[in-house]
Amino acid sequence: MTLEWILFFALAAIAVLSALGMLRSRNAVHAAMYLVANFAVVALFYLLLNAPFIAMVQVTVYAGAIMVLFVFVIMLLGAERLSDESQALPLQGYLAWTAGGIVALTLVLVVYQSITTGQAPLPTTAVPADFGSPAAIGQLMYGQATPENPLSYVLPFEVTSLLLLVGMIGAVVLTRDALTRGREKR
Amino acid sequence: MLPGIPTYAYVGLSAVLFAMGVIGVLTRRNAITIFMSIELMLNSANLVFVAYARQYASMNGQVFVFFVMVVAAAEVAIGLALIVAIFRSKRSIDVDALRQLNG
Repeated sequence: MTLEWILFFALAAIAVLSALGMLRSRNAVHAAMYLVANFAVVALFYLLLNAPFIAMVQVTVYAGAIMVLFVFVIMLLGAERLSDESQALPLQGYLAWTAGGIVALTLVLVVYQSITTGQAPLPTTAVPADFGSPAAIGQLMYGQATPENPLSYVLPFEVTSLLLLVGMIGAVVLTRDALTRGREKR
Repeated sequence: MLPGIPTYAYVGLSAVLFAMGVIGVLTRRNAITIFMSIELMLNSANLVFVAYARQYASMNGQVFVFFVMVVAAAEVAIGLALIVAIFRSKRSIDVDALRQLNG
């Protein structure tokens, strides 16, 4: 057991335990905080995998903006305390756990099989010092397509801005509609 | 990167996190918790992308993670707006409360 494996397993244990805490938590704010911890640990994994830009985006966008939105909505609805879980079908909880267990077992089996049959490669290639830096990712995304990098991401990036615009308009329309309906009732 | 850690360790961790997200979506009946489980699944997929980007020393995987994050942000904005709208009409975010189509 080398030092690297100890560090990996410590971080992985925090990630899995925080995910478990999110699943088991009866308080929605606690669940959100567990998820923030999980995202922070995954950001550390990104740093270990030579992806500093993605790690920073993970912290600011995921653990920052998206989780703030979650906590904001939880507070807005006053839904901190989750009600006792309802059961629409008989044995619904057991059926859900069985189905989830089958999915988990399948995934673990596939990964285990790919390890034992040597399908999962080991990282041996060295990477340049600026691998995954904001400048390098920007060059890859906005630069001209070259023989080494036949993909250019300019068009997908522009489509992304359209997606965000539609998302913004959709969020405004959905909540505004509910607001005006509430006012008509009064 | 940690020199002694092979890529399959990250893939295995990602599989475990993804399975936990699936279990969360299937077992919980609270719309916000279901949403957080979906975020967990997206995140575990991102981890595999970054791990294989390092494996093949190609940053295209990291660019894909960037796009996945953008889609996740848009999805969360719309999804939480839907949850707020549902809560205002139903006074509940329990997904089993939405059964009008069940004649």
